Amino acid sequence: MSETASTTHGVLAGAQHEHPPYQRHHFSSVAQQFDASNFAMWLFLLTEIMFFGGLFTSYLIMRNWYYPAFVAGSHQLSIFLGTTMTAVLIISSFTMAMAVWCAETGRKRDLILSLSLTLLLGVVFLCLKGFEWHGEWVEYHVPGLRFSVENFVNPASDPQVFKEYHDKPLATDMAENVGQYFFLYFVMTGMHALHMIIGVSVLTFMILRARAGDYTSGHVTFVENFGLYWHFVDIVWIFLFPLLYLISRHS
Amino acid sequence: MELQSPRSDETHGEHIHVVSPKVYLAILVILLIFTATTVAVSYVDLGVFNAVVALAIACIKMMLVVLFFMHIKYSTKLTKLTVVSGVFIFFTLISLTLADYISRAWGRW
Repeated sequence: MSETASTTHGVLAGAQHEHPPYQRHHFSSVAQQFDASNFAMWLFLLTEIMFFGGLFTSYLIMRNWYYPAFVAGSHQLSIFLGTTMTAVLIISSFTMAMAVWCAETGRKRDLILSLSLTLLLGVVFLCLKGFEWHGEWVEYHVPGLRFSVENFVNPASDPQVFKEYHDKPLATDMAENVGQYFFLYFVMTGMHALHMIIGVSVLTFMILRARAGDYTSGHVTFVENFGLYWHFVDIVWIFLFPLLYLISRHS
Repeated sequence: MELQSPRSDETHGEHIHVVSPKVYLAILVILLIFTATTVAVSYVDLGVFNAVVALAIACIKMMLVVLFFMHIKYSTKLTKLTVVSGVFIFFTLISLTLADYISRAWGRW
């Protein structure tokens, strides 16, 4: 798409106007098109809030019902790993915000760099997540597939966690409920990771289009709206991190 | 004809605003400081307030991301109202759900 490209409609009388090729014909201006798609993106994000909101609500209710089990489950997670993932994701949100700025100000090279950094940090986050999931698998903490109550009815069997928290043994029926914690943990982090995978895929596509110069000749709507999506995924993690990792440390 | 980015397009909607990298960098630093704070606070025993403080910090971080990274501070009234009403409905739904659980599952709370 060249700087000067435009589309002319001159067939019908009175319909003679020019607009850039990325402007849909039914919008009167690029700004109007931008506002309309921005608004639609926010409506989509609100449905996403409702979706993750359901998961957060079930976590809240389950944690109150099976409190000792949720505390014991939470003690299995590494706060260090969680903090690292949070930092990685927040920095990736910053590089994404910078990508929007680069697109708005027509900096093609910096745009490609920002998008690539965002992609890289997203992949780093997913690798850390995979590493953490692998740990749960090894420790028999995957409900339904590979789960054992051993670490919870006999906390001393897990010396690393026991040294730090000195958890009291749970009764077998409560220890079974640690499975509820890990179930919600896998669903919530899994749905979050799925959003990250979708985001990373779209980023790959965007980098290819940015290299062709698509976003630096005025058409920033796609970059801006994808930015909204990426920041939304960041916000979900901002809440998952304290709920899953932090708030049960002293319980 | 001139092709401009919509945010800097003077002729359509003055509300469109390019946020400077300085603002983004400042927000990044604040977000990282809040992350460090929330981790540090989790190592202090505050009883029930551990959860309260952690969620309050998460809410502040969310506000910063929404206002600056997601440009709500600079957006149209329509978008602002949409976001606020969406969050309001979200909290209404949570409250109704919790009211139901509190009043039915006797003895489990």
